[in-house]
Amino acid sequence: MQVPVDLGLQAKPKGPDTLIDVRDMRIYYATTAGEAKVVDGVDLRIYRDEIFGVAGESGCGKSTFVEGLLRLIKLPGYIKSGTAQFFPKNVEGKEPDEPIDLLKISQQDMRKLRWKHIAYVPQGAMNALNPVMRIDDQIVDAIHAHVNMSRKDAIELMLKQLNMVGLPPYVANQYPHELSGGMKQRVTIASSISLSPDVLMADEPTTALDVNIQRIILQELKEIRERLGLTIVYVSHDMAVHAELADRMGIMYAGSVVEVGTTIDIFKRPLHPYTQGLIKSIPKIGGPRERLVGIPGLAPSPLAWPSGCKFHPRCSKAMDICRQVAPRLGVVEEGRQVACHLYETQPKVESENSERTLSEIKLHV
Amino acid sequence: MLLPALLEADNVTKSFMARRRPRVGVGQADTQRAGRVQNNLRDGMINAVDGVSLAIPAEPTLISLVGESGSGKTTLSRMLLGLEKPTTGTIRYRGKDIFKLSKEEWKVYRREVQAVFQDPYAIYNPFYHVEHVFKMAIKHFKLADNAEKARALMEEALRAVDLRPQDVLGRYPHQLSGGERQRIMLARIYMLKPRVIIADEPVSMIDAAVRTLFMNILLDFRDQYGISCLFITHNLSTAYYLGGQLVVLCQGKIVEQGDMDEVINNPRHNYTRQLLNAVPSGDPEKRWTTKLTLEELNAY
Ligand SMILES: Nc1ncnc2c1ncn2[C@@H]1O[C@H](COP(=O)(O)OP(=O)(O)OP(=O)(O)O)[C@@H](O)[C@H]1O
Ligand SMILES: Nc1ncnc2c1ncn2[C@@H]1O[C@H](COP(=O)(O)OP(=O)(O)O)[C@@H](O)[C@H]1O
Ligand code: SF4
Ligand SMILES: [Mg+2]
Ligand SMILES: [Mg+2]
Repeated sequence: MQVPVDLGLQAKPKGPDTLIDVRDMRIYYATTAGEAKVVDGVDLRIYRDEIFGVAGESGCGKSTFVEGLLRLIKLPGYIKSGTAQFFPKNVEGKEPDEPIDLLKISQQDMRKLRWKHIAYVPQGAMNALNPVMRIDDQIVDAIHAHVNMSRKDAIELMLKQLNMVGLPPYVANQYPHELSGGMKQRVTIASSISLSPDVLMADEPTTALDVNIQRIILQELKEIRERLGLTIVYVSHDMAVHAELADRMGIMYAGSVVEVGTTIDIFKRPLHPYTQGLIKSIPKIGGPRERLVGIPGLAPSPLAWPSGCKFHPRCSKAMDICRQVAPRLGVVEEGRQVACHLYETQPKVESENSERTLSEIKLHV
Repeated sequence: MLLPALLEADNVTKSFMARRRPRVGVGQADTQRAGRVQNNLRDGMINAVDGVSLAIPAEPTLISLVGESGSGKTTLSRMLLGLEKPTTGTIRYRGKDIFKLSKEEWKVYRREVQAVFQDPYAIYNPFYHVEHVFKMAIKHFKLADNAEKARALMEEALRAVDLRPQDVLGRYPHQLSGGERQRIMLARIYMLKPRVIIADEPVSMIDAAVRTLFMNILLDFRDQYGISCLFITHNLSTAYYLGGQLVVLCQGKIVEQGDMDEVINNPRHNYTRQLLNAVPSGDPEKRWTTKLTLEELNAY
């Protein structure tokens, strides 16, 4: 039995800092073997100016979730249901404070938001640079596709962006194959945010890079956030990277968010048994060499999610109710949500007045 | 007397005609010196591997080979696998130059030294079920003489890597996650019972939980079946977890090697220290407090 998720929609969705408010987002793929419920009821609120980490194992739907927000889902995939209220600054022809539902607007309106208001660095983006075009032409073309600007101004903007990530001007004259992976990825990030968007969505931007380059990119993202007041949605399966970067996190499992909290809370007191497994799997350098346990079993298939709590076949704490009733994501404590029958939760997202301010949530940089 | 090494690289160098790419790009302060960097972009010979000697001993051992991207790890592993000939130096298996083995000896070497790649997607045929991967190996290496025995072998191998045969055998490669594909490669290797596994960045694309399972399998393979592994990674935390020996490669040269704990607790080379410091601690209360600059990174 599936209990419909009620997250207190009567509560006004917009808090003081809310940038994106996602409710019950579902993205399905029609396959010959049936309907794949790849994103199956995501509830999340992302605040302005925060770095929000989206974590979860491979195949849990992280990329599809972000692609959904950007309306990049291609057939046979489709948005089954849900809302994603977006509160950008200064959108032409829109009242300030009036939200835009990213899941409902036309593709034409969406194109106006991409780059200018929502920047996106897809998984493997650095390999998607056009191999036969110089970096400068690629960035200038991309800028021109989104705003009217003289070529001279566009070039100036491009050089400013390259400088921001520590790349020298000569990089502009080069072809992608003349750059290392780390340089290509920094070009991609720098150009994606050239129009000062409200939010940058970066999908596994450092997964293919080595630890040194990863460190450089994480440092740069933090600096850019501080300098530009940019909101960053950072998608990665790597919990250690989230520990380094994220202010708050959402843990995804089998197409839904199962836990949300500040990064400190998630790491120091993980509540959901799946989150606990993720934290326990992080290898540490130095100290006693203990055998880590990992999370036994296979990730389930979106074609046939397990009944009740989708984690129950792999959960050591599963009870009878877990096999039958899907737990709802609810508030366990201030700023903390979990979807698990082990906890008593309030069935709404968060109370507006008791929200912690972002400066309290943000960790030291 | 020490046992002779099972597989060894003896003073091996591999040169490529290549266009040098700047590693990271210098900072803005360095733009006046951009001309110097531009010079680096000229075509020339580079030694991807430069005078490396490395031995995988006859007794079961885990050796981690670490180094940043471009340090030569893959090139070295491809030579050890016989996929690439060294420009100078020798690769020996059981004391013999692998490029001078008889047909019979070559067959033994191909079975006893097995590879796991970063994403083994490429070696799967997308049109065949996973079962096909196992059947091909069973046929090629004559592991079973009837269908029943073959089935039993496959199932045992999958259970050894924590996979349920009924869940995976009928699936197509694209229906598996990256971690599942990696574990299936290990299951195939389990059937072959090689002496050495050469694993090139096998866990960098997979999440921590699956990574843990993967590394535990390597530990079990060593302890239960005496299978050695050369484990290649850029992340010292995964290497540390395995223990054993550590070899640090920097611009094609070994700059440090020894017992894992000794090197980690007392790194002698700055490059090793840099690699160590770049591993995120995994604790939000112990974030980096210093900054790694592009200049520091360019130093190696
Ligand atoms: N076939 C080739 N032709 C030219 N240069 C090559 C070739 N193969 C490797 N190289 C160069 O040799 C150096 C070492 O490459 P290798 O791929 O072995 O490094 P690596 O440590 O495995 O790096 P990564 O972590 O990026 O895979 C690099 O500078 C690379 O560009
Ligand atoms: N075009 C598609 N058709 C069918 N299933 C898909 C398609 N794209 C993704 N999926 C499935 O959706 C799930 C989530 O994929 P993805 O969003 O890429 O996850 P992640 O980024 O977390 O690895 C996986 O099970 C994947 O197999
Ligand atoms: S709801 Fe039950 S099965 Fe699901 S995580 Fe909680 S205890 Fe485990
Ligand atoms: Mg993804
Ligand atoms: Mg490599």
